[in-house]
Amino acid sequence: MSNRRNVELVLLVFAWILGILGTLQVGWSTGEGTPPRLWITTAAVALIALVMHLVVRFRATYADPIMLPVGTLLTIFGLIMIYRLDVADARRAELNDAPIPTPDVYSQLTWFAIAGILFCGVLILLRDHRRLQRYTFTFGLLGLLLMVLPLAPVIGTTVNGATLWIRVGTFSFQPAEIAKILLTIFFAGYLVKTRDSLALVRTKVLGVGLPRAKDLGPIVIAWAISLGVLVFQRDLGTSLLFFGLFVSMLYIATQRRSWLFIGFFLFLGGAYFAYSTFGHVQARVTVWIDPWTYADTSGYQIVQSIYGLANGGILGAGLGQGFPNLVPFASTDFIISALGEELGITGIFAILLLYGILIERGLRTAITCRDGFGQLLAAGLSITFALQVFVIVGGVTGLVPLTGLTTPFLSYGGSSLIANWVILALLLRISDRSRRPDLSKVSPDDAMTQVVPRMKQS
Amino acid sequence: MSELALTLVRLAFLALLWGFVLATVLVLRRDIRQPADATSSGKSEKKSKGRQPKPPKPPKISRKQKVRGNRLVVIDGPLVGTVVALDGKQITLGRAPDSTIIIDDDYASSRHARIYESEGSWVVEDLGSTNGTWIDRSRITTPTVLPVGAPLRIGRSTLQIQN
Repeated sequence: MSNRRNVELVLLVFAWILGILGTLQVGWSTGEGTPPRLWITTAAVALIALVMHLVVRFRATYADPIMLPVGTLLTIFGLIMIYRLDVADARRAELNDAPIPTPDVYSQLTWFAIAGILFCGVLILLRDHRRLQRYTFTFGLLGLLLMVLPLAPVIGTTVNGATLWIRVGTFSFQPAEIAKILLTIFFAGYLVKTRDSLALVRTKVLGVGLPRAKDLGPIVIAWAISLGVLVFQRDLGTSLLFFGLFVSMLYIATQRRSWLFIGFFLFLGGAYFAYSTFGHVQARVTVWIDPWTYADTSGYQIVQSIYGLANGGILGAGLGQGFPNLVPFASTDFIISALGEELGITGIFAILLLYGILIERGLRTAITCRDGFGQLLAAGLSITFALQVFVIVGGVTGLVPLTGLTTPFLSYGGSSLIANWVILALLLRISDRSRRPDLSKVSPDDAMTQVVPRMKQS
Repeated sequence: MSELALTLVRLAFLALLWGFVLATVLVLRRDIRQPADATSSGKSEKKSKGRQPKPPKPPKISRKQKVRGNRLVVIDGPLVGTVVALDGKQITLGRAPDSTIIIDDDYASSRHARIYESEGSWVVEDLGSTNGTWIDRSRITTPTVLPVGAPLRIGRSTLQIQN
């Protein structure tokens, strides 16, 4: 019985070689020559990937062989692009006689190492994903706490208008990224218990079966939370992500289309409310409808991003030969447009396809999983990837209003990288359990059956 | 580096990137083509292949079937509300992930009990469980006929055959 671990290793080596080639290409075409510390950084990446592979090989033997290499390749592409933007920043600093800024790529590499450790930690400590179900409400509470943490007086920090960060000393973190995972676990655990009453009990209104008012509770709460995020933390992207996640999980759990309609109308209501109440939402929409009028002010970012993509064309300018640093926040929100400029539509489509494959593997894991909790969890986690990619790629290309979300695995930023690798570890754990060939040989649960104390028979 | 060499490197990089995508797609394809190799659906397919030689039973909607009940409902416990259609196949109950009804309960055994059809009625058999299988208030020791409506207790769950 092949368990596809060797295939995974080959794909990982492939991804690693692509990473070396990309880095070399940046060095050559920017005239830097072979990048300094190239061998140390590539060796570090190889080490992280190898350790992750070995942990999967021994702790999640039957897990899906594709997800780990795809995640690694995307992370490596992020590292290449961040290195490339470091070079551009250093150049500009040299021209202006300013001090050369600290390169971001090494801190991103450190975050990758931490993410790798957490990835291994999840796979080693969590032998069975159903264990998470026992702490459904604990996770829900923790998730909510993490969501409101940035509003706390001392540690909460506002960056670029959004109160999404906590800062302790020099260390800053976006707790919403972790809250995303915890709330997905909570929702999976909650829905698996209540889905029948959500799905079966309904009243007919205008020919559409609608759930009872009291069953509407969870979706209304989710809606209120996402609006709360929008109001108090002024972050459109996170609020969209949470609402989309809740509605899709409700739909998957109950298989009732009415949740989609309800979700859609609640979304419209929320969107209208946000548009008419908040200036920053209005500004985003105005820029989205016509960025060119505001090309020098609020639309600068998106216009530069579109120019960059146009400059990239079909085959791209080549790594190191475009001007992706002209877009503000090129390494975080706009990393897709930076990659689009230098790899062209050919490269962007390859990357989007890799996201598609990753999400497909996640959803397939959900389908083959044998317990309801695992199904919902895998589906929910895959949907967070899908929503994030849609919202951010749509945003930088002008398809939907721009909202600040990170691109999974690619973007510069520790919290997001860690969260995405933990999600991947959870998906691999569920996948391992659902793909195990012979279950009779595997003990179904580590815990022993408890013995009921003998009672008097009446 | 000359312009030409850079262009070649650039194109080679894109080609390799697509090579990676194609490689993953090939792996995917093998997974879909040979699900029996690794996925769980493959396992059940294998099983059903084994059963294929038997001619499929014609669906009989006889009075008999109505009398003996056609669905198993969990009426109490963590899985309350779960309904499993009784269509002549054996139903296994327990904590093991491959059971028909996975009873996620610390008081249920991995392979707790099975329910199968015999001479027009449903028979429940305990598979050596720790805490026993109970029909109403009596613990069963041998395969016992499970009448419609009788409460079958396993761990903290109660099941019932309904029409």
